[in-house]
Amino acid sequence: MRLVVVGNGMAGARLVSEARARDPQMRVTVFGAEACRPYNRVLLSDVLAGGSRPEQVRLLDPSWYAEHDVEAVLGTEVARIDRETRHVLTADGRREPYDLLVLATGSEAVVPPVPGAGRAVPFRTLADCERIVAAAGRSRGAAVVGGGLLGVEAARGLAGRGLPVTLLHLAGHLMDRQLDAEAGDVLGETLAGLGVTTRTGVSATAVEPGGVRLACGELVEADLVVLACGVRPVTGLAAAAGLEVRRGVVVDDELRTDDPSIFAIGECAEHDGTVYGLVAPAWEQAAVAAEVITGGKARYRGSRLVTRLKAKSVELAAMGETQLDEEHAEVVRFSHRARGTYRKLVIRDGRLVGAILLGESDAVGTLTQLFDRGGPVPGDRAGLLFPGLSAAPVAGSPVLMPDAAEVCRCNSVTKGQIRACWEAGARDVAGVAAATRATTGCGTCRDAVEGIVGWLCDQEGVPV
Amino acid sequence: MTRTHCPYCALQCGMEIGPGLEISPSTDVPADGPGALCQKGWTAGELLTNGARLTTPLLNGKPASWEAALDHVAARLSAIRAEHGPDAVAVFGGGGLTNEKAYQLGKFARVALGTSQIDYNGRFCMSSAAAATIRAFGMDRGLPFPITDLDDADVVLLAGANVAETMPPFVRRLSGARLIVVDPRRTPTARLAWLHLQPTPGTDLALALGLLHLAVADDLVDADYVEARTTGFDAVRTSLASWWPERVERVTGVPVHRMRQAVRALAAAGNAYILTGRGAEQHAKGTDTVTAFVNLALALGLPGRYGSGYGCLTGQGNGQGGREHGQKADQLPGYRRIDDPAAREHVAGVWGVRPEDLPGAGRSAYELLDALGTPEGPRALLLFGSNPVVSAPASARIGGRIAGLDLLVVADVVRSETAALADVVLPVTQWAEEDGTMTNLEGRVLLRRRAVAPPAGVRSDLEVLAGLAARLGHRFGTEPAAVFDELRRAGAGGVADYTGITYERIAAGTALHWPCPSAGHPGTPRPFLDRFAHPDGRARFVPVEHRPAAEEPDEDYPVRLTTGRVLAHYQSGAQTRRIASLVRAAPEPFVELHPDLAAQLGIAAGDLVRVSSRRGESRVVARISDAIRRDTVFMPFHWEGANRLTNPALDPVSGMPEFKVCAVRLERDS
Repeated sequence: MRLVVVGNGMAGARLVSEARARDPQMRVTVFGAEACRPYNRVLLSDVLAGGSRPEQVRLLDPSWYAEHDVEAVLGTEVARIDRETRHVLTADGRREPYDLLVLATGSEAVVPPVPGAGRAVPFRTLADCERIVAAAGRSRGAAVVGGGLLGVEAARGLAGRGLPVTLLHLAGHLMDRQLDAEAGDVLGETLAGLGVTTRTGVSATAVEPGGVRLACGELVEADLVVLACGVRPVTGLAAAAGLEVRRGVVVDDELRTDDPSIFAIGECAEHDGTVYGLVAPAWEQAAVAAEVITGGKARYRGSRLVTRLKAKSVELAAMGETQLDEEHAEVVRFSHRARGTYRKLVIRDGRLVGAILLGESDAVGTLTQLFDRGGPVPGDRAGLLFPGLSAAPVAGSPVLMPDAAEVCRCNSVTKGQIRACWEAGARDVAGVAAATRATTGCGTCRDAVEGIVGWLCDQEGVPV
Repeated sequence: MTRTHCPYCALQCGMEIGPGLEISPSTDVPADGPGALCQKGWTAGELLTNGARLTTPLLNGKPASWEAALDHVAARLSAIRAEHGPDAVAVFGGGGLTNEKAYQLGKFARVALGTSQIDYNGRFCMSSAAAATIRAFGMDRGLPFPITDLDDADVVLLAGANVAETMPPFVRRLSGARLIVVDPRRTPTARLAWLHLQPTPGTDLALALGLLHLAVADDLVDADYVEARTTGFDAVRTSLASWWPERVERVTGVPVHRMRQAVRALAAAGNAYILTGRGAEQHAKGTDTVTAFVNLALALGLPGRYGSGYGCLTGQGNGQGGREHGQKADQLPGYRRIDDPAAREHVAGVWGVRPEDLPGAGRSAYELLDALGTPEGPRALLLFGSNPVVSAPASARIGGRIAGLDLLVVADVVRSETAALADVVLPVTQWAEEDGTMTNLEGRVLLRRRAVAPPAGVRSDLEVLAGLAARLGHRFGTEPAAVFDELRRAGAGGVADYTGITYERIAAGTALHWPCPSAGHPGTPRPFLDRFAHPDGRARFVPVEHRPAAEEPDEDYPVRLTTGRVLAHYQSGAQTRRIASLVRAAPEPFVELHPDLAAQLGIAAGDLVRVSSRRGESRVVARISDAIRRDTVFMPFHWEGANRLTNPALDPVSGMPEFKVCAVRLERDS
């Protein structure tokens, strides 16, 4: 069996390691257009912000390919697929035969067709990221075109490097695909506090040497312009080979294209009408495709989308259908804009179908898992939004503690027993300990015992 | 007054026993200063006068003389061996046995029976941490530092350890530290914590990877230490790129900002410790989970540094010593590997046999129990200091295997659930009725002294083994001190070298931690200060990958079950369930569930609930508590029942079963 993978990004690299883990025998060749080892695109925002160094985002060690008997052909474009003879042909003339072929060609940054767009740097690859970082060092101000997830991350990262940043967004609020209007506004306010000026409802008409020209004629001054205008699936290879392509390469539940010996996964693939732009679905697809390729029975049924912003001091999680209103769903909302807090649950038929959490919250883990698993939402919605709210209060004063309350767990001693012990003549902790063994285990109840003894002494007017 | 130690957990608190069997704490262990005991220790004297005590051997359920019982056992063992070969006889030991008994049991199996089929319940306890630390440090010593070092800790991370219930006096050593507790439940220990991380059961490995990712990304790695004292960091760092914190959050349910808080506190601390317990270890990926926490400790430069470190909190009384002297399937005394020719030659020399006559490695605990009575498996079992009908995973299946044996011999103090199935029950001495040594969680060897005479009619395990050995043609000693001397010779030159440790030195008050390779040697309280135990002296980073639990919830079994302990009971409860005040404190098994889950299932506090898994079912009382995650229920394992549900999926390295997570269904029992 000869497996050829075109694309060595997050989806392709994942597929290769998943397939190799399942089948140590098959011959595996992977072609990558970028000359470097695969890296984690999710972490590029960290690199841009200066948190991680480029070498920290590599997904595989250089020795991995040799150790796992995988041939990696990097820095090489695949130019054509010959489906008749089952070969791929590279731009430099290599013909590689395959039994099964996986397309993981990913997507490319959309560059808006405006004059001067070439002056701007798209934010997509590690090389882009390194260009932006280098330019940031020479710049006095930056503009980011596009207020989606990546644009927000880029803007935050550049602001963190000390640059004044203007974030330009066409829609009425930031991250309009993931957030409702209020959340988008709260996000904008949070970013403002971090040195990012947000302009929504604006459209860039040109990139000029001095900045970005808006449709209204205004020039937003910037000597570094970053483009985060979305991505487009790379489907040319598939289309030229005659495979069915709509927005992405169309695949079924096994991730097969209409040619049963060719699979497509990741951002170039379209499953059930959806092209996914996040890592989690790409890795889920890679696992399913690897299982199918190695003779297993897995099926891909679509992914639940959780967007988690990676931007220092901006905590944001958004999932599912966040824009539904009260007419179509049960909506639970808490907003405290002065603190940059916005929380929203969207519940339908007793299940969590969407959520937004803006601002630091312990609820994020629980809600993400509840959304992922599709389990029933508990009746106490407030407890979900505010974990810890329902935790049992600690009995503060000995007065409030019932006699049955256990004071010393290590020796199962109740307040009532301590009182009885006091009534029998014990007037200090040592006396109580001798009679009840309270405090002789872990010792953490010592203050409580002391408090109860002191309170009893006070009540009865006994000097301690 | 007789100075000795508590019969229960690995802390081995010092205690004194008075002439009327009254117990009082003494000062030597777990630390200097006023002694401390939990209610198990305070009431331990009742074990000595308990009405349930066995005093006569039972042969097919009827009282018999020792001669008749031992003759019967020896004859049956010989016949089974003759017909089916030496591996048809199996031996199963325990982590509560003294060093002398553990040693003698291993020798009895290899020399008197010639069987490779020996393992012990410590496989269910310590094996994942042991495998991981041998891999990382070249040596497994639970805490490679004295417990009193923890007094000066600034931050301590406890991963899956509920010390406030399992070893309460240990908590005294943590009073000066910020505690970070990783536990799916808000346990009494978590209530003491500065920061409680509450992951989905079965995801601790992902959590550790996330913490290490943050340590790298936020530049908190101790690069000088990594350079000077370790190897393999680069491969681990690469592996972390796949485990960014937001992904870990989705898998574990632990918020990113809490992970960051934890790792920053650890990195900023002058003195910091990472300690793991069974919660992290009892998984089909327990070895890798511990490895991930060790990797984190190494990246932060903790192990082998005075005042900081990584440690594993051993569970059973002699869990540490029990894994060093040869009752483990793949080991010989001195923590030597049974497949190491030099080790075989040395031990064979001490035992007066030929190296080639020593059997090789046998099955690990669960595999051994699961093979009993099957066509390929052993047909006879000798059981010492264990109660697998309660404590083994998939216990109903194991009960069935045991019932299929031709011969089951159980040596115990009381008629445990497993002894109730035995053809022959041998009543033996316990704890304060005999001398012996125990090695506690910090690798310190302690003297357990005889305080009272045993009841008439019982014999020590050493006498039982000697009696059987004699009938099989071998001479075995019965005096603990003499057996200990032989153990020291057999272990000399091994990893756990006890050569310089004697009853006299311990009695004189010297704190002796192994290795102690010669007579005047002061012992080694902190073995890694200068070098780790690998030949190059360096600790090893090992890349590990998270993977899901062996059994994830689905439509049929939608809830996660995790198991653990309560304060009043110990292990399978064979001892503590017979102490009146402990039974009052914790009278019955239960299932703990969150109020939201309870409401969804229509279960109220106190309802009888049927909990079922693919392996069996159990009826227990419901306790409602918001201290547990909504997707998880908890059952204590001290009663027969919890382990009917647990999953025997095994860790490929350590053989540890996945006690800590499986999928169950709950229904109100009408």
